[in-house]
Amino acid sequence: MTRTDSRSPAARSSSPSSHSLWWFGLPAGVLLLLWGAPLLALLLRGAAPSVFAYLQDPMVQHALRLSLLTSGATAALAVLCGTPLAYALARWDFPGRRAVEALIDLTLVLPPAVAGIALLMAFGRRGLFGPTLGIVGISLPFTVAAVVMAQLFVAAPFFVRAARLAFESIGPQMEEAAAILGASPWQQFRFIMLPAARRGLLAGLALCWTRALSEFGATILFAGNMPGRTQTMPLAIYLGLERNLDVALALSVILLGVSAILLFALRRFEREPMLA
Amino acid sequence: MRRTNLIVLLVVAGAAALLAGCATAQAPTQVAPLSPTTAVPTAAPLPTVEGTPSLAPGDLSVFAASSLTDAFGEIGKAFEQAHPGTTVTFNFAGSQTLRTQIQEGAAADVFASANTTEMKALVDSGNVPTAGAHNFAGNRLVVITAPGNSAGINDLEDLASPGAKIVLAAEEVPVGKYARQALQNLNAEFGPTFADQVLANVVSMEDNVRQVVAKVTLGEADAGIVYTTDAAADPTLGTIAIEDPYNVLATYPLAVLEAAPRADLAQAFVDLVLSPDGQAILAKYGFLPPAS
Repeated sequence: MTRTDSRSPAARSSSPSSHSLWWFGLPAGVLLLLWGAPLLALLLRGAAPSVFAYLQDPMVQHALRLSLLTSGATAALAVLCGTPLAYALARWDFPGRRAVEALIDLTLVLPPAVAGIALLMAFGRRGLFGPTLGIVGISLPFTVAAVVMAQLFVAAPFFVRAARLAFESIGPQMEEAAAILGASPWQQFRFIMLPAARRGLLAGLALCWTRALSEFGATILFAGNMPGRTQTMPLAIYLGLERNLDVALALSVILLGVSAILLFALRRFEREPMLA
Repeated sequence: MRRTNLIVLLVVAGAAALLAGCATAQAPTQVAPLSPTTAVPTAAPLPTVEGTPSLAPGDLSVFAASSLTDAFGEIGKAFEQAHPGTTVTFNFAGSQTLRTQIQEGAAADVFASANTTEMKALVDSGNVPTAGAHNFAGNRLVVITAPGNSAGINDLEDLASPGAKIVLAAEEVPVGKYARQALQNLNAEFGPTFADQVLANVVSMEDNVRQVVAKVTLGEADAGIVYTTDAAADPTLGTIAIEDPYNVLATYPLAVLEAAPRADLAQAFVDLVLSPDGQAILAKYGFLPPAS
């Protein structure tokens, strides 16, 4: 997932000896069991034909469509705004750089519930910017825009981090060579850096998109829960649990499937030869 | 993280703490206590209870409806005083959430619901013994409006005015269901489309009653429908009464769970809630006596 350079596959060489299998395999197995067993249990109990019935449910369709739409918008905005930010952090020294890095680190580790309350304090109707936005007739809480903002807050740092590592892993020689050959800074970025960092960028995009898809805490606090308007899949799952477990199980299986498809699609794209 | 990053982080955190300090210094608003048991200024000492001192101390786990947060917090404190060494742990959430958690095997001793539906579901699933539930309190609904009430919601009819932002609890939550019933009842007063017009103004369906209160207290929503006990807990909120024929009486049952790890302590807790001392605490927080 966080493979950001093209060397790592070659670094994986020999198969492990039986000795190291114990020392490395056993602790690693604990984690794999922790991740694998619940997902398996979820599928065993939830993957029933009823999943297809729930897919026909208008509420589920609304939630799924809203989730794909908002997480797609989040991913697009993260790439659009995050790529220049990551490039700047990887290449240039500028005043306040450390503060920007700290800000990104902070948003990465912040609990989403804190993000949700912080967003309310800033953009809520009585928040820091709420009254100003109100003059222009904009009220953000309980809207689709609020869902995207919550996702962007929580998920975009994943893209920026991966993109920055990707740009940093490219030596400056390539750009220097291009500069000597007369390439403008834009051409260096477009034709040297972007293609070379492509894998890392796509890996970051996959992380960011799927993280946005699973966003819950910031969304329910900042955007509320309104079926058809702000109720994304994770919210529908949480509230589905209150109606009956079967609904929550079916929706969980659906979201798991969508996340898996998205992840595999982006990984596949990541491996394809460069197009640029 | 690099050292410089850490320093910047510390500086940012320090500045934030400083700002927070200034903010509280400027605004002499009282800071809400984290523990619900201290929410109501009680000069009188907590009622002491003649518990059966023979019970071995231990941990008692009580799953209770969100609306009981403050009252049960105080009853829990009284229980701990009567049973030295015993700790009462509360899990406050929407009754429907608690019901699911119990059915999925959560280790709880006592369940207190904000409606009879969830209790009946647990009796049906074998988690509560038949005839094991006792009604212990009642509650009524009230409309709350945001501090300042800038949306100008002054009577019940205003809930239906276009553009009003209303939050309700989700239909699965007891208070959400009661609120929809009350709105339907009000159709008799304001016309057959009243309930639908109000529901069209709903911007969010919250997970429990305290979240409804929070969204209105923040001013993100203009109004909400909650229990009278929740409205009383926050004096900054405005309230609009719902007249008796249209209001709904919520009935709260509680029970010792079949799989209670400490059934003896659980029974003592239920006895305390049903005792005059327990009922007095509930009344202090605005709860009504149970219907019968």
